Amino acid sequence: MALQSQNKVVRWIDHRLPIFTFMNHELNEYPTPKNLNYWWNYGSLAGIMLLIMIITGIFLAMEYTPNVNLAFDSVERIMRDVNYGWLIRYIHMNGASFFFIVTYIHIFRGLYFGSYKQPRELLWMIGVVILLCMMATAFMGYVLPWGQMSFWGATVITNLFSAVPLVGNEIVTWLWGGFSVDNPTLNRFYALHYLLPFVILGIVGLHVMALHTHGSNNPLGIDRKGPQDSIPFHPYYTIKDMFGLGVFLLIFCGFVFFGPNLLGDPANYIRANPLQTPPEIVPEWYFLPFYAMLRSVPDILFIKAKLAGVLAMFGSIGLLFILPWLDTSPVRSARFRPVYKWVFWLLVIDIVLLAMVGAHRPEGLWVIAGRLGTLYYFVHFLILFPLIGIFERPLPLPNSISEAVTKKGGGKVAGATAPMEKP
Amino acid sequence: MRKHVLALGLAALGFVVLSSGAMAQEEAMPPLAKQKWSFDGPFGTYDRAALQRGFEVFQNVCSNCHSLKLVTYGDYGPGGPGGGLGYNDDEVKAIAAAKETTDGPNDQGEMFQRPARASDHIVPPFPNDQANRAAHNGALPPDLSLIVKAREGNADYVYGILTGYKPTPAGMKMPDTMQYNEHFPGHQISMPAPLSDDLVTYADGTKATTAQEAHDVVTFLQWAAEPHLEDRKRTGVKVMIFLLFMTGVLYAAKRKIWASVH
Repeated sequence: MALQSQNKVVRWIDHRLPIFTFMNHELNEYPTPKNLNYWWNYGSLAGIMLLIMIITGIFLAMEYTPNVNLAFDSVERIMRDVNYGWLIRYIHMNGASFFFIVTYIHIFRGLYFGSYKQPRELLWMIGVVILLCMMATAFMGYVLPWGQMSFWGATVITNLFSAVPLVGNEIVTWLWGGFSVDNPTLNRFYALHYLLPFVILGIVGLHVMALHTHGSNNPLGIDRKGPQDSIPFHPYYTIKDMFGLGVFLLIFCGFVFFGPNLLGDPANYIRANPLQTPPEIVPEWYFLPFYAMLRSVPDILFIKAKLAGVLAMFGSIGLLFILPWLDTSPVRSARFRPVYKWVFWLLVIDIVLLAMVGAHRPEGLWVIAGRLGTLYYFVHFLILFPLIGIFERPLPLPNSISEAVTKKGGGKVAGATAPMEKP
Repeated sequence: MRKHVLALGLAALGFVVLSSGAMAQEEAMPPLAKQKWSFDGPFGTYDRAALQRGFEVFQNVCSNCHSLKLVTYGDYGPGGPGGGLGYNDDEVKAIAAAKETTDGPNDQGEMFQRPARASDHIVPPFPNDQANRAAHNGALPPDLSLIVKAREGNADYVYGILTGYKPTPAGMKMPDTMQYNEHFPGHQISMPAPLSDDLVTYADGTKATTAQEAHDVVTFLQWAAEPHLEDRKRTGVKVMIFLLFMTGVLYAAKRKIWASVH
């Protein structure tokens, strides 16, 4: 339905280019399940984090110099001499961590409530692409300050590609633009670190488009049966998202202003030194579970441990693409899946365990924990997911969202066109 | 149920954060004693008297071997971040002018020496790292600009190193050029114990014990590493108060808007 506006200019533009109609349709009257809980806040939070990262990033780019001799000092110049440079840089630095926190929670919410299932498979797969792009962006961004962890992290991670059979070393040289991580590497990482967020922004557009085709899933995981199950996005979810944003910003700003270096590695305040390997090379916390998988896999038959580790690491994300088809259960929400409901938490524990393994030297019990954790990750998705769907007996689903939500039976239903003002 | 879920999530996050901290303790090291710092906590500021005493220690002791390349003399003065160390412009000029720095080339194409100015970075004790190494049995005294932020344990660690010199335990073989330090990784440190009682004479008359000197110079080095700390915390307090208020208003609005749905 075209937007009815009193404003002549708006009407004139909308008649020729219906952006106002579009915005009204997608952000205002867009029908949303009425029972979304606060776990549904993290999608919009991730979107806001993306914008915060892009905006702070552009301002940092104005002062940053991508040269191995100048990069470290240019970042320190931002921290010391640029007006509020310390603020912008700390927001960007901690923003990366918080972007991952909200994204991981967003993904786990999808896993718990079955948001990846028919008809939202593509929505989920696009999300996995976003995750991959985020990881690439974060990794390359961490290289830019050219501290010790930047340099050695880049060296370790780019070296992974040498595990590719036959052409591995050629690929690594090609990635580096030389025979070690050096100025060409820093320059291309900078170019890509600037480019990728805009690619992500575009993919987020597709993500939202796919979302708005069938609308949000909901904690009950059942389809909306009619207008009584929906409420318009605005004002209900705009205000709920805004409130969630307020709480999120309180925590985020707590870190930015009172503990800006808590999530970072002190070694990255040491200038990169290609001649001195730091005692520990540890990635940022959000990569620890994957780093643990990389290091945990032993030689398997004719596959060397290095290649096997790389395969496990990329495979751990790769299998998320086929997740919608690994899950054989017709029921979306774990609330009605008595077995999966608990198995879900095993995955959470497994990933926390893997993160701890990633933070420790691969010695003693940590090696065993890493192997078991990695094994469980794959068993969880490749074996438990299909089997639980077959053998689990789901609980009866409620008839409709509104019936389940209005507990007292027939409370006032705010229909899709309910006015927001109360008399 | 939901509370449990939340608690579990927080615990998970906590584990991840803590586990990276736990890493440092895997080596057999005595735990760092937690010192009381003026810059601790959300309202922490730099004790200006301690900063100036710390500067005196740096100037008379540390700066003989260590550079402080990221800091300028002007940073010490009122134009510096957060008002600097509390020195006025004339004092800063005098501190700078006491050091000679290389400038040029001049009209004749020659480099020349001149007294340092406020806009100059702190003049390093050696022209380059190689010269510094040559003077120290091959060991390079690190630049101190970021030392407090660049070590696990931060200010407590640097304090621990400065006060952590002990006699070499029996049975441990120590090269002639090394000292035993209980907080240094591997316990063999090239730097001889830099501080001792009454090594400096403080302008403000404070008794210069080793602990006092260490505490002061670490305060100074924390400032050098994070000169905007006071500004950051002050801004942070205002931001948090605003956010609390805003979030409260948003919550009230959310309750009101959703009242018709529940």
